[in-house]
Amino acid sequence: MKDTAQYTKGKVNGIIANLVIVKVDGPVAQNEICFIRHAGTPLMAEVIKVIGDKAYVQVFESTRGLQPGMEVAFAGHMLEATLGPGILSKNYDGLMHDLDTMSGTFLQRGEYTPSFDMDKKWSFTPLAKAGDKVMAGSWLGEVKENNIPHKIMAPFKLEGQHTLKSVAEAGEYAVKDTIAVLTDSRGEDIPVTMAQKWPVKKAVKAYQNKPRPFKLLETGVRTIDTLNPIVEGGTGFIPGPFGSGKTVMQQAISKQAEADIVIVAACGERANEVVDLFTEFPELDDPWTGRKLMERTTIIANTSNMPVAAREASVYTAMAIAEYYRSMGLKVLLLADSTSRWAQALREMSNRMEELPGPDAFPMDLPAIISNFYSRAGIVYLNNGQTGSITFIGTVSPAGGNLKEPVTESTKKVARCFYALSQQRADSKRYPAIDPIESYSKYLEYPELQKALNEQIASDWIGQVERLKNILLRGKEAAEQINILGDDGVSIDTHLTFWRSEVVDEIILQQDAFDPVDARTPMQRQKYMAEKVLSVTDTNLSFSSYEEVNPYFKRVISTLKQMNYSEFESGQFKQYEEELAQILEERKTA
Amino acid sequence: METRAFQRIYTKIGQITKATCTVQATGVGYEELAMVAGKAAQVVKIIEDQVTLQVFTGTEGIPTNAEVVFMGKPPTLKVGEGLAGRFFNAYGQPIDDGPEPEGDEQEIGGPSVNPVKREQPSELITTGIAGIDLNNTLVTGQKIPFFADPDQPFNQVMAMVAMRAKADKIILGGIGLTNDDYLYFKNVFENAGALHRIISFVNTTEDPPVERLLVPDMALTAAEYFAVEKNEKVLVLLTDMTLYADALSIVSNRMDQIPSKDSMPGSLYSDLAKLYEKAVQFEAGGSITIIAVTTLSGGDITHAIPDNTGYITEGQLFLRRDTEIGKVIVDPFRSLSRLKQLVIGKKTRADHPQVMNAAVRLYADAANARTKLENGFDLTDYDERALEFAKAYSERLLAIDVNIGPEKMLDVAWELFAKYFSQAEVGMKQELMDKYWPDKED
Repeated sequence: MKDTAQYTKGKVNGIIANLVIVKVDGPVAQNEICFIRHAGTPLMAEVIKVIGDKAYVQVFESTRGLQPGMEVAFAGHMLEATLGPGILSKNYDGLMHDLDTMSGTFLQRGEYTPSFDMDKKWSFTPLAKAGDKVMAGSWLGEVKENNIPHKIMAPFKLEGQHTLKSVAEAGEYAVKDTIAVLTDSRGEDIPVTMAQKWPVKKAVKAYQNKPRPFKLLETGVRTIDTLNPIVEGGTGFIPGPFGSGKTVMQQAISKQAEADIVIVAACGERANEVVDLFTEFPELDDPWTGRKLMERTTIIANTSNMPVAAREASVYTAMAIAEYYRSMGLKVLLLADSTSRWAQALREMSNRMEELPGPDAFPMDLPAIISNFYSRAGIVYLNNGQTGSITFIGTVSPAGGNLKEPVTESTKKVARCFYALSQQRADSKRYPAIDPIESYSKYLEYPELQKALNEQIASDWIGQVERLKNILLRGKEAAEQINILGDDGVSIDTHLTFWRSEVVDEIILQQDAFDPVDARTPMQRQKYMAEKVLSVTDTNLSFSSYEEVNPYFKRVISTLKQMNYSEFESGQFKQYEEELAQILEERKTA
Repeated sequence: METRAFQRIYTKIGQITKATCTVQATGVGYEELAMVAGKAAQVVKIIEDQVTLQVFTGTEGIPTNAEVVFMGKPPTLKVGEGLAGRFFNAYGQPIDDGPEPEGDEQEIGGPSVNPVKREQPSELITTGIAGIDLNNTLVTGQKIPFFADPDQPFNQVMAMVAMRAKADKIILGGIGLTNDDYLYFKNVFENAGALHRIISFVNTTEDPPVERLLVPDMALTAAEYFAVEKNEKVLVLLTDMTLYADALSIVSNRMDQIPSKDSMPGSLYSDLAKLYEKAVQFEAGGSITIIAVTTLSGGDITHAIPDNTGYITEGQLFLRRDTEIGKVIVDPFRSLSRLKQLVIGKKTRADHPQVMNAAVRLYADAANARTKLENGFDLTDYDERALEFAKAYSERLLAIDVNIGPEKMLDVAWELFAKYFSQAEVGMKQELMDKYWPDKED
């Protein structure tokens, strides 16, 4: 960032909550990191505005006791993440300090623990050889991190092409050991270790191009996979009022999704929810590999009582880690709960800097900040032709449950999947409470995904999905008619339309996240059940009065539900299937 | 808060607003306490040598040449066993004619617990109120508010919960409590002979509103002492948090901050979370449980205060008057305890989750039947029975005057199921019904 090794110094000039004004003696950069010396402890802060010789910095800690005149040292770089083997299974704070190696029960101001152990030895295998041309992100070697192939890459900060002068032989090396030497165009040597640093607010661009996503990312949640699928490298968001099941939804996805790496950013949420993850993830199995979930997971915990400025940083830290693993050719799933808390952190700072506010007092550039962040997700072709992806799903906590608020609206412009949690569904215990009609996945319109789904699942899969959606839509209309005209004021057909949509709702949409079998439905089973449900809704049935419809369909639904609760294709499953066929036979007409 | 010798006294006050004054001073730390003409104040802004102080009692009568003395420390509380049984004001000064407390001086509003050092809450709190224990079970380390309109008896219910919960210490944070309610709490504690395990920090409606901002932090600092140092189970009662938020908005308004939704400061979520997140279960067995009150305006939960609270707390409890039985009940539909999953059926009898769900479902059927009735439709036999059930369920389980143990609650529920419904209508797992369904012959 700056040429001189002599960095700028300054003195505290003013304090307003966690905004500190620093009088500086030299050049400073926007977003540069500095340390305020308080009673011998340096407190980390970030420059967010400069006017003349005054730098406005947001402190990532409590500012209690700070005084004018205290010394400030600038670091010459932006907020950086340290990236290298050892990140998986870790629990970090918003600035990527290891929470487990901190000393006390309470978080101490200025206790900055290293992100991972620099002395730990890893078994290294070279992937490149001396003389190879390399650039930022090129794979130099590999270590096994929790059984996941962790590539040791040429630093992301590298500009242009370099020559690999030497690379270490296979063997045990510590993270801080030099494992390769690069030569730049001027012939100067650059030693490379297993760890590198990257400014978290900048996107890692070490790839060839970013195509449109074209591959399904299976989550095991039927209402997502079947009706509104998310894709590898896709973006989605889940808005919903409190109590509508956002966190349960995200936790289900984090447990079940078909991803190599899962990064959970708990951003300004309840500490006890993070404790759930800490407690459960080391115990639960990854359904894809059978290993423990924690082995593929990293948790960034900035709970709601931790400093606000670090809350903003936490989502960027999480994204930088995701980009690091994507560059290794891995499928990364990034979850942020909740992006509204991040936006609120921005609002608090904007307010303290006395900026003119936008809607609901949020900063004017909020939509730009959100869209910039979402744009960092995506599937990419790396320089070596391999693919890697970051799928990003964020939750939004709209104030008062009203979706017409700035964070929801800004997010809706950029995220391609919209999973609207409805209070009404939550109240009637229809979980997951994703509204099937409001929600959408734009990816379903992508011809490349349509083709892939039809090849992967069933030749007319897209057609079936459309039919299911249609049934739901028509069912909603029928329900409205019945409500207005009364049960006996509409035809039997209207009742049938309504109950057919109830079958889709109860069997495809609703899913028991706490049941061992029903919690996760693999794609093959989803296909089977979708076809089964459609065969039920396609059956012509005869009734002599509307009063017969309700009890009949309750039997149909109950039997199908038992199928959902039974092991797929087990004896029990087939028995219920047989029972269903008999029930249909009772009233079947040609 | 006596002044010490050799303290520098500043007298150049440059600006006075209703709640703040700005004095020229040096060597002052952020959030430091000060006395302005004998009134307590706290540093809220420093720009070079201009120090802005928030005067808790208001700035009435402060002259521009008032003496300002800085204390060299933020607000503190002396914590020790001696706190038990005492009543204090918002500054932690005794209001019960007792001596000044002694012990370690702790800064209030201290750091947060490292999330990896927390334990997953798993210990049941029984209150005897079935509307809570059966449907919305509380757990130590939980934070949960009553969402209630001002006319509802939330303080009475809270006092009842506090007396019955097996807590080692109960800490009352009275925020803008009416004098009558303050005396009510005092009376209940005395009558129960529980004074020795109760500590109160009280700001009544007679006290200046800005002082209220200190009350929750005082209460929680005392709570942390007993939970961390003594490994005790501490229950903190905060009533009424809406008045706390109102005080926040007064201060932010006086500091010229741009208000966000409902005239509340943009930092409301963080400000409330900092308090509520003090609820914790420690590894060593100590815990802090927070039961709060958030008064609503006409039941509106979309207002910024209940809305932000709902996103922070682990559920909420609603009270409602049931006109059928003429009693106040814990509303089974709108109330929620997010942590109940950690204990029900595990620390309570195995049939608890299913019984709870079945009863609420049948109660919902009764609500539908009532709508039918109101719209002039005919009721079926099932509808009639559901209505009868609802009335009995309200009377014997939901009403706040119920006081029975967890096993008894489940037995009563089974008795009502059998009285009004068939097994198929209750529709639970067969093995549970075989085990618990009472014989009709009795």
